[in-house]
Amino acid sequence: MASAGVDAPFGLLAELTYRCPLHCSYCSNPLDLAAHADELTTAEWQRVLAEARELGVLQLHLSGGEPLLRRDLAEIVQCAAELGLYTNLITSALGLTPRRAEQLLAAGLDHVQISLQADEAALADRLAGTPSFERKLVAARLVKELGWPLTLNVVLHRHNADRIAAILDLAEQLEADRIELAHTQYYGWALRNRAGLLPSRAQLERAQGVVRAAHERLQGRMEVIYVLPDYHSRYPKPCMGGWGRRQLTVVPDGGVLPCPTAHTLPLPRASVRESSLAWIWESSPLFRRFRGTDWMPDPCRSCDRRELDFGGCRCQAFLLTGDAARTDPVCHLSPDHGLVAGAVAAADEGARTRDAVLAPRLYPAARRSR
Amino acid sequence: MRSTVPVQTADGADRPRLARHVRLRFDPARGRHVLLTPEAVTVLNGTGAAVLELCDGQRTRTEIVAALRGRYDSVDDDEVRLFLDRLTARRCLEAGRG
Repeated sequence: MASAGVDAPFGLLAELTYRCPLHCSYCSNPLDLAAHADELTTAEWQRVLAEARELGVLQLHLSGGEPLLRRDLAEIVQCAAELGLYTNLITSALGLTPRRAEQLLAAGLDHVQISLQADEAALADRLAGTPSFERKLVAARLVKELGWPLTLNVVLHRHNADRIAAILDLAEQLEADRIELAHTQYYGWALRNRAGLLPSRAQLERAQGVVRAAHERLQGRMEVIYVLPDYHSRYPKPCMGGWGRRQLTVVPDGGVLPCPTAHTLPLPRASVRESSLAWIWESSPLFRRFRGTDWMPDPCRSCDRRELDFGGCRCQAFLLTGDAARTDPVCHLSPDHGLVAGAVAAADEGARTRDAVLAPRLYPAARRSR
Repeated sequence: MRSTVPVQTADGADRPRLARHVRLRFDPARGRHVLLTPEAVTVLNGTGAAVLELCDGQRTRTEIVAALRGRYDSVDDDEVRLFLDRLTARRCLEAGRG
């Protein structure tokens, strides 16, 4: 268990691989995907999971990239289940064949989340950069047939925000138990494509109306979770519930991060290949850097909300201002708020950004490790 | 915006059980029982864990309260009922009927 006044983490996001059959332009994975191609082995993941459990982790989110591209996924799930971790697979569902699904069920997988790009094939396949929509529906039905609870994950942006009603209809047909409608967060590929992804305020207002009505209609049948876009909010999101406070991420090559996009920050590295997870969580310079409130500048330092939103997102502060220790520019109190307001104003103008070319997320084929 | 579900009314004849996607575990790292769902961990106190261990789909709500009376000096019926209602609303418990 974590000591030295540091609470134990609840959740571990295991990004098993950055390889992925989809090429979504809103992906928050890093741009230098191939730099993390030296993936942890099965035995290394098993050791990481045992250390995580001992540290107090209770939930394991298996993601990527596409976690099904790891041939040892069922072995990793089985190890997690034996340790008593709640296992949650976050997948495109490409590769979730009946055989693999049954292996994962036997291994003890608790829950499946499948991404959907839109409500119909043409748009969905264009957004994913590959034919995938029909296969996702087949896999979603399989998940229900095998008795798993099904969550659908939909990342929202300018190109699908007006289709939420139809997406919810599809979710109902698929008998999803939960649906997460989450606006794009602008990191990695998504930040590169921001001008073409950011929705207008008019789109957001329509979306909120649709979601409000769905909450009432679907009460007790399907849980609808709607995550507002932080660019359009007055206050920043409490990123990861605070730096090094509740969650940690292990990336494909064993790097450990307080959040999945913290690669970009100019901070000391930490890796399970060099140090124990407990030391990294409790004592590493990386995890201590923005833990708590002592690091905060004004306006955060004197703000009543400092324990609510923890100064917002360190990655966003760095990506937009070049300084990770500044207030998240999303906050209307930030001296840098104009950077976000400008992007939102451009999105409201509409026509020009609508046609912005979206750069697909590409994994460099030549440098694939396995 | 989090989804909200109205508190379902239940009577003493319901036989609550944990929903299929929910796990009740003891966490040695924290020395507490925890309730695990896809996106949330609920750390339980001793009484909460005792109530949930009795939610086996066999016992009625009335029988759960009776079993708790055998174990604890004072059992607040309303508190137990509210606890079960809250978890039912969050879809952690299903109201099975015998």
